[in-house]
Amino acid sequence: MIEGILIGLTTALTFQNILMVMVGCFFGTIIGMLPGLGPMTAIALMIPITYGFDPATGLILMAGVYYGAVFGGSTSSILLNAPGVPGTVATSFDGYPMAQQGKAGKALAIAAWSSFAGGTLSAIYLLFMAPSLSKVSLSFRSPDYFALMILGLTAIAAFSSKGQFLKAMMMVVLGLMLASVGQDSLSDITRFTFDNMNLTDGISFVLVVMATFAMSEALTIILKRNDPTSAAKQVSLTELGSIKINKEERTKMYKTIPRSSVIGFLIGVLPGAGATIASFLAYGMERNVVSDEEKEKFGKGSVNGLSAPETANNAACSGSFVPMLTLGIPGSGTTAVMLGALLGFGVQPGPRLYMTNPEIFWSIIMSMYIGMVILLILNLPLIPYIARILAVPKNYLIPLILFFSVTGIYVMSFNNFDIYLMIGIAVVATFLRLYDFPMPPLILAFVLGGLMEENLRRSLLLSNGSWEFLWDRTLTACILATTILIVVWHIYKTFKKKN
Amino acid sequence: MNINTTKIISLLFFIFSAFYLYTAYQIQVFAFDENAPFNARTFPIYLGYAGLFFSGLKLILPDPNTIKVDHKNLEYKKTGILILIAIIYGATILKVGYFLTTSLFLFASYYFLGERRWILMFLLSFPFVAAFMYLLHGILDIYLRDPFLQSIGVMG
Repeated sequence: MIEGILIGLTTALTFQNILMVMVGCFFGTIIGMLPGLGPMTAIALMIPITYGFDPATGLILMAGVYYGAVFGGSTSSILLNAPGVPGTVATSFDGYPMAQQGKAGKALAIAAWSSFAGGTLSAIYLLFMAPSLSKVSLSFRSPDYFALMILGLTAIAAFSSKGQFLKAMMMVVLGLMLASVGQDSLSDITRFTFDNMNLTDGISFVLVVMATFAMSEALTIILKRNDPTSAAKQVSLTELGSIKINKEERTKMYKTIPRSSVIGFLIGVLPGAGATIASFLAYGMERNVVSDEEKEKFGKGSVNGLSAPETANNAACSGSFVPMLTLGIPGSGTTAVMLGALLGFGVQPGPRLYMTNPEIFWSIIMSMYIGMVILLILNLPLIPYIARILAVPKNYLIPLILFFSVTGIYVMSFNNFDIYLMIGIAVVATFLRLYDFPMPPLILAFVLGGLMEENLRRSLLLSNGSWEFLWDRTLTACILATTILIVVWHIYKTFKKKN
Repeated sequence: MNINTTKIISLLFFIFSAFYLYTAYQIQVFAFDENAPFNARTFPIYLGYAGLFFSGLKLILPDPNTIKVDHKNLEYKKTGILILIAIIYGATILKVGYFLTTSLFLFASYYFLGERRWILMFLLSFPFVAAFMYLLHGILDIYLRDPFLQSIGVMG
């Protein structure tokens, strides 16, 4: 492991990679701050640029963007009560009241320190857990992988939002359907191309991500421009107050950060869960463990109430790298985008990644430490300046997002069919978003589609067409039992709610 | 059963899944693969049935969280114009070239979104695209074909 850490440090500490972490954190913070634009959009916009680098550098840049976007989301939560990302919704519960009391600077500083501590602690957990998980996952066979992918897709559908399980499952199926377009990986038989040569190689992953996130996000913002429910109340950005944290507040944070980081990391590790659930759970747990006097302050500007979700959402970000790096199965929609990018580099994440590509595996983990430090250095002194970006008029912001989306697709294929296809998918995605059909399950399914078919093919061929492989191994049966439990529970809840 | 837009979307998805399933059954596989435990049409067939199952459930089951969209507050006109500009961009980029089409695409988008600060609009379109193009073409070595710039002798 020491050797691996040294390899990682050597790779991560090159001038180019440090620069990439800095650039990633900076752009991530800016994009994450803009309401409606989350880490997935930020990473999607970066993908075409990363293809110019080697895989380690590309992934380091994306990891920087990820952390930056999660932190950036908390800035708009605190200043505007408009979370940039779902993972920072809980941050606004106490962050925004603090800003209203004239303590916006302090709230941003607490968020920055909590994010730093949560991210650093979980990077340490990841450092020790990832190699052992890799060893365990080496015993995984095709049926286990197939079952695990089913579980991951079901879990992301279940956790995507309250009462949307069936909608999310429909999006999962749609994502898998989109992934099935093009040549079959084994026989080279074309499927669903309707004799169109442009579809023979399938639909590009970047195209689907750009269409369902960046472009559809931009169209949704324009579509809902006059919607009074989406108008945010604004705190004066010129009066942020002091960013100093006093001794009493620090003492509170010392207690909150360790427990919230553990929750965040463990939730992040679960496939499909991620920063949103982690932050809500940490907030809820914190409210239960603090004194009655402190409990009263929750929702009115509590330090614990702000520190807990901020620690947890950053810890969950690191946690979500565990299933992606060790099993090749993303823990969240964002890591699904990163997995797709890795596959684009020709790198197959999984238990053997840290043996075959140790420089990628360890440099990502090492870059997390560096990323955390840079985020802190970047965010604390630059808070008043970064906050001004929130004032960028949408008249400029939207065309620029559209520009990056369209250019990103064009430079990849030099084919205008891809532009039309992207517009078509973006229009459908915008319409689906209006009616709360979640997009992350679609992306996760699109990324996993090929791998899922591959593992099902292998399992069915080995069992001579029998479906007994689903319960032949205890591990497969346990994973599938968990999946069935999730499905039954959600169908039961839908019925119960109606009655 | 309450008919709302979510149910209509589910019905459309049900029809789409049925069409997908029909097309999946039409996939031509090799003769020796026809009776294999798994061939090119196996996975799509399962997906087709899964689509029918979940959209069917959504159609039948009660909808506790009915989404109400106030269409009066939605900016359909501006969104439509932006989509149209993007389509025109796709239709002209190969013939005219990256620089001019992208700059005009940005300029037109700013204009239709209500922006009237001409100098800022110009700076954030033509010079901005030129700088971005230099980054792609000059630094990252990504070739961008541009008949317009070639015709005026800027590009080789």
